[in-house]
Amino acid sequence: MISSFVFRALDRRARGVIAILLAVALLVPLANLGLPSDHPLHVPNYTVGLVGKYLTYALLALALDLVWGYCGILSLGHGAFFALGGYAMGMYLMRQIGSRGVYGDPVLPDFMVFLNWQELPWFWLGFDQFWFAAIMILAVPGLLAFAFGWFAFRSRVTGVYLSIITQAMTYALLLAFFRNEMGFGGNNGLTDFKDILGANIQADTTRAALFSASAIALALAFLICSGIVRSKFGMVLVAVRDAESRSRFFGYRVENVKLFVFVVSAMMAGVAGALYVPQVGIINPGEFAPANSIEIVIWTAVGGRGTLVGPIIGAVLVNAGKSVFTAAFPEFWLFALGALFVAVTLFLPKGIVGAWSAATARLKRQKAKPPVDAAASPEAAE
Amino acid sequence: MHRLIRPLTLLLLLFAVLPTASAQTELGGLIDALSTGKLKQRSGQIEAIAATGDARAVPALQALREGDLYFRKSDKKVFITQKDGKDFRLIDPLSGELAGTETKKALSKVKTNNRLRRQIDDVIGALTLLSEDPQTRIAAAATIFKTADPASLETLEAAIAQESDAEVLAAMQRARAAIVLKTDAPDSDKIEAIERLSSDGGREALPLLTAMAARSEGAVAAAAQQAVAKAERTAALWDTGQTIWYGISLGSVLLLAAIGLAVTFGVMGVINMAHGEMVMLGAYTTFVVQELIRANMPGLFDYSLAIALPLAFLVSGACGFALERGVIRFLYGRPLETLLATWGVSLILQQAIRTIFGPTNQEVGNPTWMSGAYELGGLTFTANRLWIVVFAMIVFSALFVVLKKTAFGLQMRAVTQNRKMASSMGIRTPWVDALTFALGSGIAGIAGVALSQIANVSPNLGQNYIIDSFMVVVFGGVGNLWGTLIGAMSLGIANKFLEPYAGAVLAKILILILIILFIQKRPKGLFALKGRAVEA
Amino acid sequence: MTVAAQGSLLYLDAVSVAFDGFKAINKLSLVLEPGEMRAIIGPNGAGKTTMMDIVTGKTRPDSGDVLFDGAIDLTRHDETTIAELGIGRKFQKPTVFESHTVQHNLELALNRPRDVFSTLFHRTTDEDQRQIDEILDTIRLTHRREEYAANLSHGQKQWLEIGMLIAQEPKLLLVDEPVAGMTDAETEETARLLRDIAKTRSVVVVEHDMGFIRELDVKVTVLAEGSVLAEGSLDHVSADENVIENYLGR
Repeated sequence: MISSFVFRALDRRARGVIAILLAVALLVPLANLGLPSDHPLHVPNYTVGLVGKYLTYALLALALDLVWGYCGILSLGHGAFFALGGYAMGMYLMRQIGSRGVYGDPVLPDFMVFLNWQELPWFWLGFDQFWFAAIMILAVPGLLAFAFGWFAFRSRVTGVYLSIITQAMTYALLLAFFRNEMGFGGNNGLTDFKDILGANIQADTTRAALFSASAIALALAFLICSGIVRSKFGMVLVAVRDAESRSRFFGYRVENVKLFVFVVSAMMAGVAGALYVPQVGIINPGEFAPANSIEIVIWTAVGGRGTLVGPIIGAVLVNAGKSVFTAAFPEFWLFALGALFVAVTLFLPKGIVGAWSAATARLKRQKAKPPVDAAASPEAAE
Repeated sequence: MHRLIRPLTLLLLLFAVLPTASAQTELGGLIDALSTGKLKQRSGQIEAIAATGDARAVPALQALREGDLYFRKSDKKVFITQKDGKDFRLIDPLSGELAGTETKKALSKVKTNNRLRRQIDDVIGALTLLSEDPQTRIAAAATIFKTADPASLETLEAAIAQESDAEVLAAMQRARAAIVLKTDAPDSDKIEAIERLSSDGGREALPLLTAMAARSEGAVAAAAQQAVAKAERTAALWDTGQTIWYGISLGSVLLLAAIGLAVTFGVMGVINMAHGEMVMLGAYTTFVVQELIRANMPGLFDYSLAIALPLAFLVSGACGFALERGVIRFLYGRPLETLLATWGVSLILQQAIRTIFGPTNQEVGNPTWMSGAYELGGLTFTANRLWIVVFAMIVFSALFVVLKKTAFGLQMRAVTQNRKMASSMGIRTPWVDALTFALGSGIAGIAGVALSQIANVSPNLGQNYIIDSFMVVVFGGVGNLWGTLIGAMSLGIANKFLEPYAGAVLAKILILILIILFIQKRPKGLFALKGRAVEA
Repeated sequence: MTVAAQGSLLYLDAVSVAFDGFKAINKLSLVLEPGEMRAIIGPNGAGKTTMMDIVTGKTRPDSGDVLFDGAIDLTRHDETTIAELGIGRKFQKPTVFESHTVQHNLELALNRPRDVFSTLFHRTTDEDQRQIDEILDTIRLTHRREEYAANLSHGQKQWLEIGMLIAQEPKLLLVDEPVAGMTDAETEETARLLRDIAKTRSVVVVEHDMGFIRELDVKVTVLAEGSVLAEGSLDHVSADENVIENYLGR
């Protein structure tokens, strides 16, 4: 059963993408750590950090694409799942600081000492163990998505209504996490991390390992998504996207279909957040900002929704553009991003990958067309 | 109240009281006597003044209380003083006439302390009880009510005996009741006093009654407790009223922010994420108008908002028109894409404003008629909030009339209901679309003028309102103006009722969660249209 | 349980539903025997589609009984459960999964376990393929099996949807205006196809096209203003004074 799932997932294109990702996971750290810094193929630390961040964004965009591109659920709240995964990881990293904080408390993180808290709140218990944090990275976004989806999909909240309430969800979380009383560091969030799994988080080797982990996680997520969309369930997803009511009259329980894919996607977003946080060294409530969630949508749209490669390409391209732009013309980045939103929706509704496929298909058709036509069309050949 | 009335009393006394020659000398002597003796003897001196029962002593006592009473070292004559640069202007304490100026060195202050000030309040109260002017008498009774000094009881009862004005009498009776509670009068008198305070004592009576309930026994305590309970109920009622008002005020802000959206989203089904920026443009238009007026015609400042209104409507409306023609018309029937494209437009508009005006908050002034406050019973209304409520209602009614009564409104509704049919009836549907969108955006601009009076005018202004606005429209039911009104008001009021228990931020979070849950229950909002749904 | 419902496949008794005060269905009663084919006609707004919405669980009636198989109360179930009970529905506007191929459309419609995990790990079996081939043959779309449904003509989409309903293997089939927009030849073919289907299951057809109804040659129910105006053979109802007044016109 599982093997057929994996087998189906690994079609030609998927094999290619996964191979590239695994190669990146292996070669970039090697080129970073193994080659001297004056070697032409040396990858500087800065680039490793930057691309590592892009890879987590790509994973996030892939997660969004699974629900939006394949099932038509435009979630404007995926930033929330990402941030929750990030906070779960951040809590683990905070507990690893131990007594090395400014106040030197062996258990309480600095901000709790600062707030005069006497003991660790119950929801921080267990986060000193990595395995527990790892479960929470999946469980917290998953459970939120489950609870949210359970109500929303059952009541058949669809289209823009769903988008708006997912946005309200992330907005409510933004407000909540800004509160000091919540116990997540309020405005400042969680930062000043020291160790991850016993390794110094600042060390080059750790950073290279985090890079590899991001690439491998992306490859794994790609495999899972590929398996899902190429199964009969994937066909149902698209059927629900295109004609929800019709699928229901054929006996498909649409709410369960949506709920499953929404929860899987939220968990993937959580993993992306968890990999993002140690690489950037901070998580704060700003990650819940509704604007962030909409930006994810544009990465996916630029690359091409409803394709699995599209969101990865889109996330990397847009963020690389952002890095270049904000360094060179900081004033103009928002103009460029805004224009990108408008241009993509107006001129590239299927994104780069969609446009590419259409172009190559047209090319193929032209090549295949014999000079004297008529007999070649399948209709007549019958 | 207190603060408002005292200067009034003073003013009235200065002009209303006619001095007689003989009394003047007697009273004048007593006042001049204040310059002699130590602080300990002052109480006796004030009592002596009080004993004259002459209301003309009030300005002097008032000045003593405020520390404005000085005596001239040379002749020990007492004057009310006003500071005039380095020197002091001397005013005769009885006639109120100017009596020259002196340097600070030539004068010495008549000293007083807090205990004396209370005594002075009582004396002034008693003296003015016999004033010719009913307002002064009421004010005096109110002062006595506050201090409730048993020493004033005799004077008060004398005043009650000859009082004919019902309103003044009620105030005096209140004051008397307050004093009675402090004396060891028989229980029946006290209960009567409690009942009087309970029936028309107002909010100030509550501490008196509470204290009474705590320190007395038996029937008096029971009566006091009952009265306290009643007073607390009344106070709670006023508080509820005040909360509702705050809620309506917040609701009006939400209504202003959302009502344009109700047109673009509700009537046209277009998700305009740049709606908040249309509001922001309106606020910035106000800013620019005010800057121009400040620079060129400062006299017009009070009219700046009236000038900004049509301009804001035009600026935001034109922007909306361009947005519809340039972007949205290509995306009809694809609401999710519209959402993304308009989000992009909102980013561009924000950054454009940031580039032109800078990222910081801009100072938008309140015209004079927008400042100040009004009181009604136990309620306080600030002028700017009051105007915003009024303004929101005007905008709502105007839009309602436009949609329901004009030819344009009719065409708009026709296009909404059946585009093809409307088109074949000769309605130019693209034109109607563009104008509808411009109308919704223009209203957002108008809202921006109002919001500039209470919110920070910054490039992020719109972002702060966009989610709330969507909540209002979705909660109220899409395509229904009444729904938007009721949605805005109920969200505003619910928010204000939750705030005391949960705090502002948590209240907002709770409201968001409630709306999310509500939409699950009624996906189409409060006032959804039902109908035969075939293939949705 | 209502005694009268026993032995019937579909039983509607005194069903009413109103939208904002407008009575779309008014005390409608209708009984369908197992294996019966019924044609329903009526003017626009007579409540034909609303009746189908009620039977398939899309709309809840305000009052009245809707029973399937003599015992199952359909008003308590949603569309999915009702579909699984064995009621299939064809929409007025042909609705197929446009981004799937013809083959995949049929595969999705096949009567197989439809829960998340079954579909996630499903493998197309030979039996699946055999059934799909058979249906493709019936609906004459074998040559277009790899074509995206979006690229089919209007008539072909109608046929594909009917094919999908066959694949669903329902006990009762509700068909809303199956020949709208079809050529005469196609209409005739569709009538033949429906008669074939009716051999093994019950069918309710809503249609305006009188020629098509005559072709079907079955019992006819005339709806008007949400209730039954007349019932019987086409000739019988055509002669009915009320029907002429309300629908056919003088």
